Amino acid sequence: MTAFFQPILVLLWKDILLEVRSKDLVISVGVFGLLVAVIFNFALNVSPQQITSLAPGILWVAYSFAGVLAMNRTFMREREQGGLEGLLLTPVSRDAIFLGKAMASFSFMLLVEVVLLPVFAVLLGFSILSWTLAVTIVLATLGFAVVGTLFSAIAVQTRSRELMLPVLFFPVILPVIIGAVQLTTVAVGGEISVGLNRWLPLLGIFDALFLVICPWVFSVVTEE
Amino acid sequence: MSPAKADRAVRVQGLEKSFGDWPVLWDLDLTLDWGQLLVLAGPNGSGKTTLLRILSTQVKPDFGAVSIAGFDLKRQPNQVRRCVGVVGHNTFLHSDLTCLENLVFYGRLFRLQNPGKTALEVLAQVGLEHRAGHRVRTLSNGMQRRVSLARALLHDPLLLLLDEPEVGLDGPSVAMLGELITRWTGLGRSIVMTTHNLELVKSWPGSQGHLDNGKVRIGEDRPSAVEETGPGL
Amino acid sequence: MRTIVWASLDTLIAIGGNYRARHVLLVLAGLLMLADLYLMLMVAPTDSVLGQVQRIFYFHVPIAVMSFLAFFVVFLASVVFLVRRSPVWDRLAHASAEVGVVFVTLALITGVIWARPIWNTWWTWEPRLTTTLILWLIYVAYLMIRSYAPSRPQAQIYAAVVGIVGFVDVPIVYYSVIWWRSIHPSPVVGPLAGDGALNSTMFAVLLFSFLTFLVFFTYLVAERMAIMDSEDRLRQVRLSLRRSQGQT
Repeated sequence: MTAFFQPILVLLWKDILLEVRSKDLVISVGVFGLLVAVIFNFALNVSPQQITSLAPGILWVAYSFAGVLAMNRTFMREREQGGLEGLLLTPVSRDAIFLGKAMASFSFMLLVEVVLLPVFAVLLGFSILSWTLAVTIVLATLGFAVVGTLFSAIAVQTRSRELMLPVLFFPVILPVIIGAVQLTTVAVGGEISVGLNRWLPLLGIFDALFLVICPWVFSVVTEE
Repeated sequence: MSPAKADRAVRVQGLEKSFGDWPVLWDLDLTLDWGQLLVLAGPNGSGKTTLLRILSTQVKPDFGAVSIAGFDLKRQPNQVRRCVGVVGHNTFLHSDLTCLENLVFYGRLFRLQNPGKTALEVLAQVGLEHRAGHRVRTLSNGMQRRVSLARALLHDPLLLLLDEPEVGLDGPSVAMLGELITRWTGLGRSIVMTTHNLELVKSWPGSQGHLDNGKVRIGEDRPSAVEETGPGL
Repeated sequence: MRTIVWASLDTLIAIGGNYRARHVLLVLAGLLMLADLYLMLMVAPTDSVLGQVQRIFYFHVPIAVMSFLAFFVVFLASVVFLVRRSPVWDRLAHASAEVGVVFVTLALITGVIWARPIWNTWWTWEPRLTTTLILWLIYVAYLMIRSYAPSRPQAQIYAAVVGIVGFVDVPIVYYSVIWWRSIHPSPVVGPLAGDGALNSTMFAVLLFSFLTFLVFFTYLVAERMAIMDSEDRLRQVRLSLRRSQGQT
């Protein structure tokens, strides 16, 4: 068991160390996420009465756009000087490489989201103290990271790679975004048509399903 | 690793690889014994890099059987990866980590007993132990190539695959590379390398192969002037 | 059930490799299409509530169902391709995806035409419509990844991955969209349909339409596979020519 998890931790540690040194990912992605929220605020001209209905949407649009940017960065980083090539030359199982990269993306995105959340709460004026919101953010980010890591691995190999990731990523991740927005609406005190008891399992099922499928197909993707 | 030693270092039979409708390698047979150095020459686009990338499990052959140290490339890729040390066109190093951190990172992935100690040893072999704590970004190109060579030696591989290792190295570093190669083959390990500089490798022990028409021809003496004038791709 | 699925896929592949079978299918599809047009325009009664525009339904429903079928075929063929790596399964997936995208585009267009007079709006975020739009996006990405991949083997593998991940995602998308907006009109046919939505003539015409579009779909996929097969052979010929010329 440790034989499987050790390389995942080594990979995660390497990515964290790189990020601590350069700080480019968390800062640029965080600023970008903030910008998205600000632009939406002007575009929709949100009034205090509309907060509960609009804030969750703005929050998750900002998170998902920032997430795509973060994932593009984590794989581009591997690409310079052939870091991914070097990884694939080691006898580490491809599943472990996938999970290592997915965990790194997950941690960075979660960090950005946690930093942005109080800022959004102030700007958009909602309360963030909610277990539902915490669980939602963790589950949705896990889904983002797992599906996003797989598609990043494909997208970096293609022409026009910055474009290919969102084109592949957004249609597939859509249920997670819908679910996250609905749950956040509940968390900030809004009304939704179908209750918690369906959306949390939906996010859970999505995560579990793709945690099984993605490592398998990742090993195929990196064959060539 | 000892039972594998019984077999040849490299055994390739009927290898075939094409990119789209461009043939690169075909009907390629190759064997290499232990303690041998094989220097591959050939014009740009003749498939030298592709052959090395196939031997290192980075590219899948279309057809053909390849075994490295007795391990089948298709069925036992991870055993093959344990046996080969690769120097490619890229350094595989992260420029914001120090030399030591890079090597320890790879050492852990190769499950070395004591990655820190081994990393310092291989750095000493390429004459860069005094740079262990420097970030790769701050090193010159030639030095980065040497760290990349150290990375290839890290897990004590049986077969070294070097793709134009002399590029970017200064005179003393090339001499060091020559010594390292001589010492390596003396240990009964094998090396496959590509180069455009046949003058350089003349003094090194080993056979020369020429990649031409998708195949390797061993020991054919070709004037090195011809090497550089092949049709570019 | 499983044997039926595999047998029909094998038949599809066999038809793709048989010149005569494809021609028979082409003629059959043409005749069926003419008959179907006559049936849906002349024989089927005018809907008492919805009027003439309801006739687009004989075109819209079968073509939408066929596109779902196409993406199911893409999914199965992709899985088999990743396991066996034989090019014929990749051709089946590719051909089926292309036809599926064309069909799903037509289904969206006819859906919009239907929605305008009936619901008084071109587009509504109704679950089935929304799911269909997302399907369109996923399989357009599938075709994009094929043309943007750096090499052929990579294109095949990446496409297979998108074909699998995309299809697995469809039910999740469907339920999330249903729960998101629970104001959908109930289906007119199928297990969830209410009684009396269609009279028996209408139902018979609809069944005939299904048959017609199934034959048409089979023909298109088979023909596309045959063309891809020719392209592959041509590539082989070019490859061996270049080898014999010693051109590298």
